[in-house]
Amino acid sequence: MKKISGIFLGAMLLFSIILSACSSDETSSGNSDGGKKQDGKPYIAIISKGFQHQFWQAVKQGADKAAKEFDVTITFEGPESESQVDKQIEMLRAVLDKKPAALGFAALDSQASVPLLQEAKDKKIPVIAFDSGVEGDIPLATAATDSRAAAALAADKMAELIGQKGEIAVVAHDQVSKTGIERRDGFVDRIKEKYPDIKIVDIQYGGGDHLKSTDAAKAIMQAHPNLKGIFGTNEGSAIGVVNAVSELNKKDIVVIGFDSGKQQIDAIKSGLMAGAITQNPIGIGYETVKAAVDALNGKKVEKNIDTGFFYYDKSNIDDEEIKAVLYE
Amino acid sequence: MESQVVLNEKKKVQLKSSQAIQQFLAFASLIVLVLFFSLASPNFFKFDNIVGILLSTSVIGILALGATFIIITSGIDLSVGTVMTLCSVMAGIFISSMGLPIIVGVLGGILTGATAGMLAGLAIAKMRIPPFIATLAMMMIAKGLALVISGAAPIYFTSYPAFTKIAMGQMIPGIPNAIFIFFLMAIIGGILLNKTIIGRYTFAIGSNEEATRLSGVNVNKWKMIIYIIAGIFTGVAGIVMASRLNSAQPALGQGYELEAIAAVVIGGTSLSGGKGTILGTVIGALIMSVLTNGLRILSVPQEWQTVVVGAVILFAVYADVLRNKKSK
Repeated sequence: MKKISGIFLGAMLLFSIILSACSSDETSSGNSDGGKKQDGKPYIAIISKGFQHQFWQAVKQGADKAAKEFDVTITFEGPESESQVDKQIEMLRAVLDKKPAALGFAALDSQASVPLLQEAKDKKIPVIAFDSGVEGDIPLATAATDSRAAAALAADKMAELIGQKGEIAVVAHDQVSKTGIERRDGFVDRIKEKYPDIKIVDIQYGGGDHLKSTDAAKAIMQAHPNLKGIFGTNEGSAIGVVNAVSELNKKDIVVIGFDSGKQQIDAIKSGLMAGAITQNPIGIGYETVKAAVDALNGKKVEKNIDTGFFYYDKSNIDDEEIKAVLYE
Repeated sequence: MESQVVLNEKKKVQLKSSQAIQQFLAFASLIVLVLFFSLASPNFFKFDNIVGILLSTSVIGILALGATFIIITSGIDLSVGTVMTLCSVMAGIFISSMGLPIIVGVLGGILTGATAGMLAGLAIAKMRIPPFIATLAMMMIAKGLALVISGAAPIYFTSYPAFTKIAMGQMIPGIPNAIFIFFLMAIIGGILLNKTIIGRYTFAIGSNEEATRLSGVNVNKWKMIIYIIAGIFTGVAGIVMASRLNSAQPALGQGYELEAIAAVVIGGTSLSGGKGTILGTVIGALIMSVLTNGLRILSVPQEWQTVVVGAVILFAVYADVLRNKKSK
């Protein structure tokens, strides 16, 4: 038995050596020469909120584009789910030890990360926040979407499409994250302020999980047969709502989504979904790296970089401006 | 000798009756829940909603069927959620990326589950790694592989409408096939557990592994077979999930294992092994989804839904403990 486990361990060791050898050419590991890689380019470390989600892949795409353009080296990493605040802090700790020239950071919990960010500031590492802000004056700049304004636009479109009266509901991705709260509240507040004849009858959370969001949306539709519309606050939630509408065959319900992805794009093209708000994830990644480079070169950077958002539907989905910010 | 046989018979009868009580209790709770929600909301007991509940039970239910076998052996399988995801990703690779016939992709996905089960079984039986650790490792391996293989992006079956029909087609109008697949798998599980040598050894290993070994049974071999069977169930769940979502979502799946285990436990299968039924698991899975759906229809906030489900699990296991005390 010992022999087997010895062989097993040996094999694992070999395997990991091979793996690290394979990947070393794209992301060279820890270095200690003051934020310069072996090849002499400045090193910018980026910690995002995740990497699995299409949205973060698009942010990475933008960051890679800027890295190429401004001739810097970047690393891009993030925890597996957007609730792993602790994991993200560990990642932040680890990259600080690599002494980056600059740091891009999308905080899962802006309070929890303050001590480490302070450390970065003390070491004169410029910090650029992206996607959601960090409180205080540590970040030189924040590249983000104004989530409240974006969700308010979704509310306006919803009101317009249902004729400014009736029952609607929200399927949100979660009740604690900043984007979850701001998108929900931005939508709800706008409806309450501007459209007294529209009633939000229910808000449910599907964790951004397609299957759970589907079941949540179906339950809402069962409980409120007169429902006229549902807003899904992120890609998984919106796809869940679309699934629910098509499974129950209630295609007259107005669905408005958030972000993009192939399924949302298809749903809009086929008419199952009225439209969606898209952020500019590629722009977020690009602006983050650009701001970091500017800071390194001693240029002044704008404190709040609004990376913008758009409403897209069947009519403008093929416009160049929209196409550029959608991801599949 | 004869008295021992009589004793065994007596014990058997006792065990049988205790299981009957358990199942009756679980079934009664299900009926009470359904009655309660039907009275509380006129929208609960409707054809569409009942179909919705059954549909939302199917994925977790099929996972739970496989987990029943493992838990009866007094093992545990933490890997079912992410292995399920890996199975749907593999099906996606075979069908969408490689363009193989759908049946090949489906079998490939199921085979992936069987392979993962075999590896977990191998680690547990041959390498003597405790099931908790072995399947924890498998959970991470499967999760990582699903992301690596898919390139951290969803794989779509949009060009293969026949694949969507597997779960969402309607052989009987109004009832999606996923529900039949769930019941079919339950029947297969019931036959395996009650009418075959596999089932007999599953119970034997769970009641007393050492005695089973001493009586000349190749426990290692049978353990592996049991984990392979559970893997096959996981594979089927992966196919149903992918088919319902019309895509393989590599980031989903984690957390499903705990829901599956909860369904098994609510259904009266004992975590200490040797006891359990397929019917119990089916009822347990139904209780979970009736609860979730009913609370959603009543617009109970999600935070409280989770609290209620947790309390139900606690109560179900406590009932089991009480009964065991009595029968001793």
